[in-house]
Amino acid sequence: MTDAPSTGPLLARNRLWHPPAYTPGYKTSVTRAPSRALIALPSTLSEETGPAFGRDMLGELDNNLILNFTGEPAQGPRMIMHGRVLDEMARPVPHVLVEIWQANAGGRYRHKKDGYAAPLDPNFGGCGRTVTNAAGEYEFLTIRPGPYPWPNGPNDWRPMHIHISVFGSGFGQRLITQMYFEGDPLIPLCPIVNTIPDKAAIESLTAPLDMQNSIGMDCLAWKFDIVLRGRRQTYFENRKEGL
Amino acid sequence: MPQPLSYLKETPSQTAGPYVHIGLTPNLLGNGGIFPQDLGLSPIKPGAKGEKITITGQVRDGAGMVLRDALMESWQADAAGLYNSPSETRGTADPNVIGWARIVADFDTGDWRLDTIKPGRVTLPQGGTMAPHISLWIVARGINTGLQTRIYFEDEEEANATCPVLSRIEHRGRVPTLLAKKTGPGQYRFDVVLQGEDETVFFDL
Repeated sequence: MTDAPSTGPLLARNRLWHPPAYTPGYKTSVTRAPSRALIALPSTLSEETGPAFGRDMLGELDNNLILNFTGEPAQGPRMIMHGRVLDEMARPVPHVLVEIWQANAGGRYRHKKDGYAAPLDPNFGGCGRTVTNAAGEYEFLTIRPGPYPWPNGPNDWRPMHIHISVFGSGFGQRLITQMYFEGDPLIPLCPIVNTIPDKAAIESLTAPLDMQNSIGMDCLAWKFDIVLRGRRQTYFENRKEGL
Repeated sequence: MPQPLSYLKETPSQTAGPYVHIGLTPNLLGNGGIFPQDLGLSPIKPGAKGEKITITGQVRDGAGMVLRDALMESWQADAAGLYNSPSETRGTADPNVIGWARIVADFDTGDWRLDTIKPGRVTLPQGGTMAPHISLWIVARGINTGLQTRIYFEDEEEANATCPVLSRIEHRGRVPTLLAKKTGPGQYRFDVVLQGEDETVFFDL
């Protein structure tokens, strides 16, 4: 493994694999989806460079959501969420920021706009962050979030999920997504999940139960690997005209 | 069967949802005590070289409603056109220009504001020089994949005319949607329209 900086053009996003912007089953997208086509170009230095975050900015409990709000343990099913950040070439992406946020065990968010009847947990804030190690690995200790209802259809419920925000080495790799849990029967019913057209793509957002990393008499583990855009490795072109 | 291509597939995007602030700006939301301060409060530190500017704006949807749950991130070069990034190989950027910031629309009015320095032109290794610009990434409820756009400046006419990115926009009438309007010395206005008339240009870069 080398610590040489990542440079070079980013691989194009496969827009048929990602959800399209206009997905009427998810109602809010109807007025928030651009109607014109995206302007597609090869990446430039503006996308190939990005901010760096050091582990030195992290507090000891930043990736421990069970304790990081008040120091007293949050209520609910204890769990480890762990995995690797890789690029499309399967190379680890080291030293990048991973941030997560989630509802508590009852499906209630600590946000002034969440008015769901399930109570807040006084010891659960629902946010964590970490920086991947040299092998691209990350780990969080948290509470498994509950499902919750939302005003879309008359009886729509989000599956259990954890929101994830990831940086790569370039700003063009920036990604926000959601992790779902293997076996949750709400996954195939969810209009947000179903913004993704490809079933295999949905499965890639579903974390398997990981008994090998679960700790007896303590907590279950769920494994979730994250793949960011890769970079092209060869440079045969020398485009005199720029792009 | 030919040899399999063994590339992995990028993790599919999902909307940031209405509660993105819990994770990315907990202190601003009022959930203090977890992190000492939110990340990305400013793209510059005291002593940053360059012209100090302020950009304000709103994000509107296809019905003209202002988004009060939008979160944006900006990324820009320093005044000499260099990025403060390990991936920058052309030189060393001004250490007082971080380049990256988080910008949150006001929960009540939807107004947002970015205090920064005007970036320099960025010369591309493959040729061509981009006009001064700030990359902007927008996420919110209802946006399935973060939208990429760029803030250019209407008072950079000469640089804008030769920018290899701007010149690739075939519908020339749409270019002004990327130009921040000068409203005073060092003051710019940049509104993002997600859909409809005067829809902002979004990129796949």
